[in-house]
Amino acid sequence: MRAHGRLLLIWLVTTLATACGQTWNDPYAAADSGANILYSAFTDRPKHLDPVQSYSEDEAGFNAQIYEPPLQYHYLKRPYTLVPLTAADVPKPVFTDAQGHPVAEDSPRLAFSVFQISIKPGIRYQPHPALAVDGAGKPVYPTLSPEALRGIHAMKDFRHTGTRELVADDYAYQIKRLAHPRLHSPIFGLMSEYIVGLRELAETLRAEDRRMTEQGRAGEWLDLAQYALDGVEVVDRYTYRLRVKGRYRQFPYWLAMSFFAPVPREVDRFHAQPGMAEKNLTLDWYPVGTGPYMLTENNPNSRMVLERNPNFRGETYPSEGQPEDRAGGLLADVGKPLPFIDKVVFTREKEGIPYWNKFQQGYYDASGIASDNFDQAVRISVEGDANVTPDMEKKGIRVETSVATATRYFAFNWLDPVVGGDSERARKLRQAVSVALDWEEFISIFANGRGIAAQGPVAPGIFGHREGREGINAQVYEWENGRPRRKPIAEARRLLAEAGYPGGRDAASGEPLVLYLDTTDRGPGDKSRLDWYRKQFSALGVQLEIRGTDYNRFQDKVRKGAAQMFVWGWNADYPDPENFLFLFQGSQSRARFQGENAANYSNPEFDRLFEQMKHMENGPQRQALIDRMVAILQHDAPWSFGYHPKDYSLRHEWTGNVKPNQMARNGVKYQKIDVDLRTRRRAEWNQPVLWPLAGLALLLVAAVWPLLRSWRRREAMTAT
Amino acid sequence: MTPVVLWTDALIFALLAVASAFGWYSRHNPLLRSAWQKVGGSRAGMAALTLLAVFAVVGLLDSLHYRPRLESAGGDGERAVYSGEVLSALDALATGLRSRGEKTYSAPLATHLFARETVERADGTQFRAHPRLRHGGVHLDDPPAQHAADLARRFAAGALSGAAIWMVLAGVVALRLARRESVGLGVTWRRIWRGDTAVAWNAVLATFAALLLVAGPVIFLADAYHVLGTDKVGQDVLYLALKSVRTALVIGTLTTLVMLPFAVALGIMAGYFGGRVDDVIQYLYTTINSIPGVLLIAAAVLMMQVFIDTHAQWFATAAERADARLLALCFILGLTSWTGLCRLLRGEALKLRELDYVQAAQAFGVSQWRIMARHLLPNLMHIVLIAVVMDFSALVLAEAVLSYVGIGVDPNTFSFGTMINAARLELAREPVVWWSLVAAFVFMFVLVLAANLFADAVRDAFDPRIAARVTGADSGVKG
Amino acid sequence: MIAYIVRRILHALPILIGVNLITFALFFVVNTPDDMARMQLGVKRVTPDAIAKWKADRGYDKPLLWNEQAQGSARLTDTIFFRKSVRLFVFDFGRADDGRDIAREITTRMGPSLAIALPTFLLGLYVTVSFALLLVLFRATYFDLWGVVLCVAMMSISSLFYIIGGQYLVSKVWNLVPISGYAEGPDALRFLILPVVISIVGGVGSSTRWYRTIFLEEIGKDYVRTARAKGLGETVVLFRHVLRNALIPILTGVVVVVPLLFMGSLITESFFGIPGLGSDTIDAINAQDFAVVRSMVFLGSVLYIVGLLLTDISYTLVDPRVRFE
Repeated sequence: MRAHGRLLLIWLVTTLATACGQTWNDPYAAADSGANILYSAFTDRPKHLDPVQSYSEDEAGFNAQIYEPPLQYHYLKRPYTLVPLTAADVPKPVFTDAQGHPVAEDSPRLAFSVFQISIKPGIRYQPHPALAVDGAGKPVYPTLSPEALRGIHAMKDFRHTGTRELVADDYAYQIKRLAHPRLHSPIFGLMSEYIVGLRELAETLRAEDRRMTEQGRAGEWLDLAQYALDGVEVVDRYTYRLRVKGRYRQFPYWLAMSFFAPVPREVDRFHAQPGMAEKNLTLDWYPVGTGPYMLTENNPNSRMVLERNPNFRGETYPSEGQPEDRAGGLLADVGKPLPFIDKVVFTREKEGIPYWNKFQQGYYDASGIASDNFDQAVRISVEGDANVTPDMEKKGIRVETSVATATRYFAFNWLDPVVGGDSERARKLRQAVSVALDWEEFISIFANGRGIAAQGPVAPGIFGHREGREGINAQVYEWENGRPRRKPIAEARRLLAEAGYPGGRDAASGEPLVLYLDTTDRGPGDKSRLDWYRKQFSALGVQLEIRGTDYNRFQDKVRKGAAQMFVWGWNADYPDPENFLFLFQGSQSRARFQGENAANYSNPEFDRLFEQMKHMENGPQRQALIDRMVAILQHDAPWSFGYHPKDYSLRHEWTGNVKPNQMARNGVKYQKIDVDLRTRRRAEWNQPVLWPLAGLALLLVAAVWPLLRSWRRREAMTAT
Repeated sequence: MTPVVLWTDALIFALLAVASAFGWYSRHNPLLRSAWQKVGGSRAGMAALTLLAVFAVVGLLDSLHYRPRLESAGGDGERAVYSGEVLSALDALATGLRSRGEKTYSAPLATHLFARETVERADGTQFRAHPRLRHGGVHLDDPPAQHAADLARRFAAGALSGAAIWMVLAGVVALRLARRESVGLGVTWRRIWRGDTAVAWNAVLATFAALLLVAGPVIFLADAYHVLGTDKVGQDVLYLALKSVRTALVIGTLTTLVMLPFAVALGIMAGYFGGRVDDVIQYLYTTINSIPGVLLIAAAVLMMQVFIDTHAQWFATAAERADARLLALCFILGLTSWTGLCRLLRGEALKLRELDYVQAAQAFGVSQWRIMARHLLPNLMHIVLIAVVMDFSALVLAEAVLSYVGIGVDPNTFSFGTMINAARLELAREPVVWWSLVAAFVFMFVLVLAANLFADAVRDAFDPRIAARVTGADSGVKG
Repeated sequence: MIAYIVRRILHALPILIGVNLITFALFFVVNTPDDMARMQLGVKRVTPDAIAKWKADRGYDKPLLWNEQAQGSARLTDTIFFRKSVRLFVFDFGRADDGRDIAREITTRMGPSLAIALPTFLLGLYVTVSFALLLVLFRATYFDLWGVVLCVAMMSISSLFYIIGGQYLVSKVWNLVPISGYAEGPDALRFLILPVVISIVGGVGSSTRWYRTIFLEEIGKDYVRTARAKGLGETVVLFRHVLRNALIPILTGVVVVVPLLFMGSLITESFFGIPGLGSDTIDAINAQDFAVVRSMVFLGSVLYIVGLLLTDISYTLVDPRVRFE
């Protein structure tokens, strides 16, 4: 008995001792309290931090703070606007013919678009051992012997670090890395269509790599500087030129992604030394950049830490914004040097409940990525503005909304004999389903209103998207009381009857119409969504069979054109309508050409208009073309246009300068934190409740006491 | 309508047949018979058995599947056309629960939705309010004023009907007992009350009293309300919980049913033959045992999934596909859990082999297989029975955990695991949506508790010493 | 003794080969290398070229079992089976499908897993054995009866409920400990208390009942009666004689799991954000990263076999009558 009591005591004392001086449930080290640190969370471990390989949003959350491509999106301005980051200005294309002579944009001889990029001088890399040089200017770590590597397990174990100025060569080197035979760049396929000579370079490098393997030098450093890339020309120390095939106005958008960030040749060589990869000392794990932050702790299983780059050049806070930004206090820090925050701690949070609760307790400053768990925190007011619940408002929690440059859709496979194809029957059937699928209800149930029912493929905030009456999908909506209203289900039933399935039964055979939805939703949490789809179809009298499969099988089916209907989404690479409308291009058909047109839609008229629209500058003419294209899509209904998700990010009152930006992920440098307020609030909200502990102790005593007595009595009896 | 027999249905009825056969066999086997009488005398055991029987009735009703006939469309009506939707007798009984869906969450017995929504007035202006439910409490004109009274009335009516049914039930039991023992009704009644009967009728009747007092009001209330609230897409939680019972029973019983032949045959063979056979069988189960259970299950479930996907044409309806997956899950769980029983049987067979009558039978030249079937198997039956009842609860709990890991039942299948998983996220809501979780908790708790108590009673009656050697089948699946 | 251990290890080899064959068959039927590539490369802009390259890089472009093109022994060794499965025997786990070094992953994640599994195991053993002894000491009283009822009730609750409920009450409502997370060093204590307590509470029901039956069985034996006849007090009999003799059945059940503690707990770790092997395994299952799952299966089997060996060895320590043969 005594042992139990002692154990409890030890437990209590140790708990108290560690909790001394702070709230008990603070998940961070006591030493960090009061520091200018931003606390954030991530869900999926980043797989790649090498700028050539990384493509996912989670990875961008880290990489965008570290790497600086030549361009970036303006933090405050909408619609999204490209502004220079390391470049002096946003490059304008110069069009040339095959021989390199300048030609007019509409010239039939046009062969290339040339972009000349000048970077600002004086930009310096973060301190890094690869850039360390001795007094004579020689690298400190040119060749590392196994002995020298013995005590080294992480990048911080190298004693010497150095820096150097950013030069145009670094950008050229990185573009060559897109073709590196040992790296997988997700955009290599696409870029090799555009950047002159990239494909040839990849072939040369592959052959060279094979030759090295045959010579027994597998894995040795492949110095890309020794191979020329036709499309990239370094003009001088600060200037380089990119040559792109054809007319490609959207190309500068790519220059705002980390694929086009600089990587110094020294760094590449440093990491290629034998023994480095075995110790995980790779660029994929330790990014090196010129940005405001550098990665100082990389433990993707639990914690990632970014710290201020001491060599950051002192970019300043933007001076312009939208009219409402001034009132929102977003223009209070104009001209101040960035960044404001010293350190960013990302903690891995796989489960929704802890994530959400920690945010409420004040241990996360913002909710980062909007997740399903934040549903109930947000309410939409009569005016359609988002607001937090009264309880949360009292706590000073704010909500920021932005419509994602993305769309979620319900696709009908154009190749399917029942729902696909250009017949009037199938078209009516698709239209009927489009009317019956009540996306407004879907949004309100599954996204708590975090979305806008889509009228067409182009997301709001992107050129070509139409607001108001002229923007509605006339096949599905009516305009009523200044709002689009979904047509009644009777209309859907009528369309279905016209398609030859009155009441959901084949008029000819009397057989019930059964449609098949393929989905990757097969987790237990997805059941309600599947039930919802079934409910929508049963309102039409149509039976919906749902085939849940794993992700691979699903992709395989879609790729083979074997899926009848499926739900999918698209996140824009860049804010241009071309990046949405190309999803319907016949030549992008997934089943035929392995493209991005998953519905395999094909319509020659649409394709013709697309080619015309693609390279136009934004203006009334382009808008008119887009309107026609969207009308074709609405009529043919290869998709039931689902919704454009809205991102709601919640933040506490002590955060400042937060404006969600769908395209740019490098926003941390603009944000600031009122640390004192945070410390106060955390202490207020997290007072430990002690009575349960006392109650538990009492209960134990109450249970043990009679036992003890009866035991004593018994021992006394056996003794006598 | 046209009846549909799913694979698990067939197996459930096969199980029922096996159980009946075993019951019949027990009547004529003095040892088993006296053991069963001991179970009958255990109050906890009989109370648990009563509960399990009720669950079993729900599960069996839910195993009588059919496809409803569609009303003829054209009028010529030459050929009957059936819906693709597969329903069960339980669905038919609970049509009200099944069809009266709301839009989204509503609290138990509520008349309004749980969350506020923008509602449009007739004149087109909008305001925020909790909208009325489509079905829950629609008969009330002025819910705030009438709600409590209506609930109380329905509750009282339900409780009274429950009590009435219970009295009839108790009367029937007392009458039959009185006739059999040829004593007066009053005496019998007092005996039952004092627990003075061979079968613990007082426990059975008390359990029924509790059940009816709950079920009566629930039935009366369910007529007009959602007794346990509604879930995210507005389905009645009570309906979900009832439908989950079958899945739990299927997992708990069929898994052991499918693994029994292997475990019994291999266990007895290993123990009886010894030598090479024993080596091979031991090797087999040590190998399977050494693979971490969850991982083996994960791999096997994924493989099943691929198989089902690539043979989609074999399954006419979603119900059949979900059923195939459920059955596959049973097989896979069985595959990973037969080793414990097999080892136990091997040990016992090893001992039995040395007994005189087995030696004698060998000396007389009785064939090996005959010896195993006639002399070993009957003497090992009690171990098999104990293992079956003890595994049941572990398997029901395992299903929930597997569903969490994403390798459980098909998302179209109602199950406690699916419910818990959906409800898990609801706890993070503000205000908390607690009813799905509580419903799943209560149903699962009662089911597993009853199973555990019954297993204890069976074990105590058949072989109290075996407990120390059976460590449960779930060690691999435990979180 | 050493000869015995060596023999046991040799006996383990066929088992490991069996495990290897089973997992290989399972995983490569489930997922063709093409599927793996697509899974890892993501949704956007995946070309057949990229898939071919991915496979070549990771050695998934080889034939499964028999390489026709190769020469001599390479026909066997230059295959997916040899490269991915046979190499596990020398604990060469290779790289995960997403490029991580699995061996490094295992070594870094073992610590947190142990930090949670070891205290759970030891404290749990201590608590359940004491509780069971207590029940036996007061056997056939109301305390015993209600104790058993409590145990049965507790083991009828799914472990998921313990975690969800415990986290909700202790961390959210009472603000006593951090909800989730992990830290190195002494700071880890704050993060470990809740998961450890919850895991112990979740397991206390079934284990206590099991130990109680073992003790009860032991207490009915002759030597206990002799001890009592000598006039020893009940407490002394229980703690000195019964406990020692009950050690053998307890060891059978317990020692086997000791090495498996390294593997961590799948669900507790994910709920509490502990970066251990268990949560890694869950991630791998969800991401269908079979290289990791395969390694974990193999590791688990090895540890299980080590556990069996340890069980045998520990027998001789508690019971001198048992000898190695």
